[in-house]
Amino acid sequence: MATVTLENLKKSFGKTEVIQGIDIDIADGEFVVIVGPSGCGKSTLLRMVAGLETATSGEVRIDGKRVNDVEPMDRDIAMVFQNYALYPHMSVFDNMAYGLKIQKVAKPEIAERVQTAAKLLQLEPYLERKPRELSGGQRQRVAMGRAIVRKPAVFLFDEPLSNLDAKLRVQMRLEIKALQRELGVTSLYVTHDQVEAMTLADRMIVMNAGVADQIGAPLDVYADPATEFVAGFIGSPPTNFIDAALLDGERAGRIGIRPEHVRLAEQGRIEAVVVYAEALGAETLVHLRAGDGQQITVRQESGLAIPTEGQSCGLAWDSAQVMRFDEAGLRQR
Amino acid sequence: MVEKRGTGLWLTHLGLIVGIAFIFFPIWLAFVASTVEQHDIVRPPMPLLPGDKFFENYARALTSGINAPVATMLWNSLVMAMGIALGKIAISLLSAFAIVYFRFPGRQLFFWLIFLTLMLPVEVRIVPTYEVIANFGMLNSYQGLILPLIASATATFLFRQFFMTVPDELAEAARVDGAKPMRFFFDILLPMSRTNIAALFVILFIYGWNQYLWPLLITTEPEMNTIVMGIKQMFPSGDDFAHWPTIMATSILAMVPPVIVVIGMQKLFIRGLVESEK
Repeated sequence: MATVTLENLKKSFGKTEVIQGIDIDIADGEFVVIVGPSGCGKSTLLRMVAGLETATSGEVRIDGKRVNDVEPMDRDIAMVFQNYALYPHMSVFDNMAYGLKIQKVAKPEIAERVQTAAKLLQLEPYLERKPRELSGGQRQRVAMGRAIVRKPAVFLFDEPLSNLDAKLRVQMRLEIKALQRELGVTSLYVTHDQVEAMTLADRMIVMNAGVADQIGAPLDVYADPATEFVAGFIGSPPTNFIDAALLDGERAGRIGIRPEHVRLAEQGRIEAVVVYAEALGAETLVHLRAGDGQQITVRQESGLAIPTEGQSCGLAWDSAQVMRFDEAGLRQR
Repeated sequence: MVEKRGTGLWLTHLGLIVGIAFIFFPIWLAFVASTVEQHDIVRPPMPLLPGDKFFENYARALTSGINAPVATMLWNSLVMAMGIALGKIAISLLSAFAIVYFRFPGRQLFFWLIFLTLMLPVEVRIVPTYEVIANFGMLNSYQGLILPLIASATATFLFRQFFMTVPDELAEAARVDGAKPMRFFFDILLPMSRTNIAALFVILFIYGWNQYLWPLLITTEPEMNTIVMGIKQMFPSGDDFAHWPTIMATSILAMVPPVIVVIGMQKLFIRGLVESEK
């Protein structure tokens, strides 16, 4: 068990600065998710913690100890890779035991630790199989098992669920969360899927182009985004943005309003034309187009009337729910 | 796959049978000639069915031969072919490993230098190579037979291509697991290359076995002759007469080891050529 501290961590490839200074203190046993669109530097950040990528400047500390120049194996971490990176010629047992063999752990103890992990992950019947004889979900579990048997101080997950189909992803997501709770190991988890981030994280880091736009608990980030990017990235369907110029009584910049906070009304703040409506059962998503061509989505209960396409509607909302952003995308309070 | 029926099927088989007979006939003649006596061969028409001197001719070839016992030549060839095949594989694996997994100054340059040697066949560099080997005092020795042929740009290139298809994450996972580079090489890369190695071994063994010009140049003692060049040495010079049954028995014997290697490693060989699973 350990804490992880990143201090003004930067990474450049040549002249491009892909990570522009990240600071965070991760508490012992905390589950932190790094989320952001592809190319925002989230994997690079994780790989710097793992030691697979060197930091250009700044510090990585694991349990208070500076590890910038320490080899991955000596950092007391375990990593789960996106494509699992299982050794194809080794059995499931050997895959899980390989790290321990290198550490020269005694054979009976290796067997015991692998058995325990296999039991935890329901992999016992498959220990003698080769990875290619397993399903995607099982391979994923083996990759987890390989991380668990090492009893590391920190788990690092690099988009571990992105190769699974949607249903399995939900199931594995729950399993990962339960497992992390049970083992209480500090974890860093990279994903581009904001639902994964919301459900797994104790705290999440929302990354945008090499910068941590916001760090906080998922619901806080959702309710109170710090930038226009975060407001747009977290939440599905995404936040509606409307030019302040179109509205009376708003200052310059743009306002953001979440789909569930907008309602259709006779007399609204702005007028919009219904493009199409998606009835999802429990709720209906109404997509509209405002005067300036701006797309606006309204999420409403299924009981409410669904307007016909082409109909013009007013849009109303509670002023308290409005988020205001300046030209640079920063939140104005 | 195209499925053929009736006449088409028979025609296909007829074509194949004629083709095989065409290739096989000279080998059959050589075999027949190795089982009869000298005067049967010299007097036309030549027999087309095996005679009764099989054991006698082969025993004579193996134990005494003409210049040197064929058993010795077989052994020489075997040492040379194994040395070349295994040496080439070991060196190519290591150099491909270096080129793919390590960043060092001149990495690209070295790769292209290795690649460049592909364009220089043995025959082009044979005179300077001979000079070097002679100065090292390696004439008439196994080292002399093997060393000049032990590096292979082709094999290096093949392994490089294979290593580049191995996902980077595998090397990273091994690094996180604590494997040092050579440990990764032996524990993970080598077992994964098994089928490629087998396929390459077959090709390189036959390449080594069939070397003709180089052994001809550097082995002057009959005891160091390899079998492929040894056959040529058995041909008479001047007024001697050729002992054809022995020569033909030697030819047949020269063919046996490559055939054994190909058949023995057929399964792995074909898997190595077609398998893409990582």
